[in-house]
Amino acid sequence: MDEQRLDTWRATVKAEELAKLPQVRDRFQTASGIEVKDVYTALDVRPGAHEELPGLFPMTRGIRANMYRSRSFTRRQVVGLGTALDANRRHRYVIAQGQTGLSNDFDLPTITGHDSDDPAAEGEVGRIGVAIDTVHDMRDLMAGIPLDRVSTSMTINHPAAILLAMYLAVADEQGVSWSRLRGTIQNDPLKEFFAQKTFALPPRPTIRLLGDVVEFCARRVPNWNPVSLCGYQTRDCGGTADQEIGFTFAVAAAYVEEVLRRGVDIDDFAPRLSFLMYVHLDVLEEVAKFRAARRLWARLMRERFGAKRPDSWLFRVHVQTGAALLTAQQPENNIARGAIQCLAAALGGVQSMAISAYDEAYSIPSERAQRIALRTQQIVALETGVCSTPDPLAGSYVVESLTDELERRAEAWMEEVDRRGGMLAAVESGWVESLLNQQAHEIQRRIEKAEIPVVGLNMFADGNEEGEPSDVFRVEPRVEADQIARLRAVKARRDAVGVGESLAAITDAAAGSESVMPPILQAVKAEASEGEIIRALRRAWGEYRPAALY
Amino acid sequence: MTATASSGRGKTETDPIRVVLCNPGLDGHDRGIKVVARALRDAGFEIVYLPLRTTVEELVQIAVQEDADVVGISNLSSTIVGVCARVRSLLDEAGADDVLIVAGGSASPGDRAALAGLGVGDVFGPGSDTRLIVARIQEAVVRRRQGLLSDRRAI
Repeated sequence: MDEQRLDTWRATVKAEELAKLPQVRDRFQTASGIEVKDVYTALDVRPGAHEELPGLFPMTRGIRANMYRSRSFTRRQVVGLGTALDANRRHRYVIAQGQTGLSNDFDLPTITGHDSDDPAAEGEVGRIGVAIDTVHDMRDLMAGIPLDRVSTSMTINHPAAILLAMYLAVADEQGVSWSRLRGTIQNDPLKEFFAQKTFALPPRPTIRLLGDVVEFCARRVPNWNPVSLCGYQTRDCGGTADQEIGFTFAVAAAYVEEVLRRGVDIDDFAPRLSFLMYVHLDVLEEVAKFRAARRLWARLMRERFGAKRPDSWLFRVHVQTGAALLTAQQPENNIARGAIQCLAAALGGVQSMAISAYDEAYSIPSERAQRIALRTQQIVALETGVCSTPDPLAGSYVVESLTDELERRAEAWMEEVDRRGGMLAAVESGWVESLLNQQAHEIQRRIEKAEIPVVGLNMFADGNEEGEPSDVFRVEPRVEADQIARLRAVKARRDAVGVGESLAAITDAAAGSESVMPPILQAVKAEASEGEIIRALRRAWGEYRPAALY
Repeated sequence: MTATASSGRGKTETDPIRVVLCNPGLDGHDRGIKVVARALRDAGFEIVYLPLRTTVEELVQIAVQEDADVVGISNLSSTIVGVCARVRSLLDEAGADDVLIVAGGSASPGDRAALAGLGVGDVFGPGSDTRLIVARIQEAVVRRRQGLLSDRRAI
């Protein structure tokens, strides 16, 4: 293949065909705005791409040599509702359904560091996730589930240290050694300020807190993933695929530098860094995104941070299919969207996934919607054949080309963040949030002009009158009162003096330079509540007031 | 709350429409309300956009101070009914019973019925066209200013 042959093809065969059958539109772009060419050939593939192999640096083709032939992706649908006892019942249900990992979402008071009896929590307890106030709730959440036999993921950020401490305390009660615990806390504090917005503490001290947790885990809980770096929220707030990679890695660089400053060797914690990324519907771009992310991460860890262990170079990723792509109109169409996203993720070689359930525009998922999401994953994993060989789209001219382009663009975003003084500065200045706001506005404008097709919304709307799903999930109203009663009972019977002392020790550690993890663990065991521990940290670190950017 | 409102009263049909927008409480989903804020601003409305974590009490106080025509409330944590009910009752207590409430976010069919009972007829869920939101608010405020709409329950 050469350029001359392509030019001839365009001038003859293609021109003749276009004269009879014009294109449906002038330009074609990926979801992230990358120009898609009229044809891709071997000329679009870097020569080096042909030499890449799964499990070998730069890991483009997969983090393990044999990929799904040895271990399929983990099917990890999110669970979280009501009290810990309610969520425990749901955990046991999904385990019985064949799920291989547990994932917990918490209610708003828990993720924002408020106790269930806080006035700010009114109306929110147990609504969109499970309520955790004290170690007793964590014990009930995991009741009957041996902690050395499951891997548990917890979607918790600023209060992550507290919930991890509660989990460790429960492991002690079960007699399970911390070295046998497997799981993940999200613990990605910076994206809270520009994307997720469930902050509890100010930006700068959250990096110190993260450092304390990562250092503690590196030394004491070696198989735990102490951080799950999140691109998901950046994308769902209006970001592109290249920003999803670029901003997430810029955040990662800020965290890595913090931990390195403490004298922890890069190879002692890099292998436990993991990621949560988005799955868009643009299948080719998504496959390229996961490939580009693997390559750029491997290069970053090896070349910039000097990691020597191959385990340190691995971009291990859990994905959630994009919720902002679901429609409230004709919600059953979302089942098809979820299947396509699931396929893209499997072709992209991810380690673990969750499909956003089809009814999520209305509520957290009904049991039926959850089951369909899990079944969709099982169909892709077991019936389609895409898991039979690693990185099946490698060598595709277009996928290789998009992989290179996304890697280049992601790296450019990282450089832009560096020019702005690093991710903390870029976040504190509001630059990242403003950029995403602008892009979300632009996406909405293009949807309203039908430049971005959304089936059932801006086209093919027949059937919308059929309306909402009939079995929308609702948390029972008793949950809030039950949880407040549980918390008050704990507060009434515990040793108040011991609690006060343990909280004071947290404030002291936070104000100084000692790790806050040991005093948090002590406070949790003394039955201090999550809200009390957050307040103890705020006494040293202050409060965060968000800006009103739009 | 002792302040009294003059919302709508004394404004002519051509005065700009003032909208206070907020996702109060702990919910952090702000993509939708920000997109709506820009769309309303571009349509010539005066926008007072309040930060996340604003309490319902603060929201109502600001709406009264700002002499708002409309309070736009977003919520995606399944608590839209409770939030709107509290805002309505605090606005009424403050004498701002003519301030319209418009809701957005996730709402079940049951939520919509409950909101209609509170006088919140328009609930702009996921996928709503911002041009429709602009038109609906404009229509309701203008009609009320013309004295044709004495009852807030028409929006």
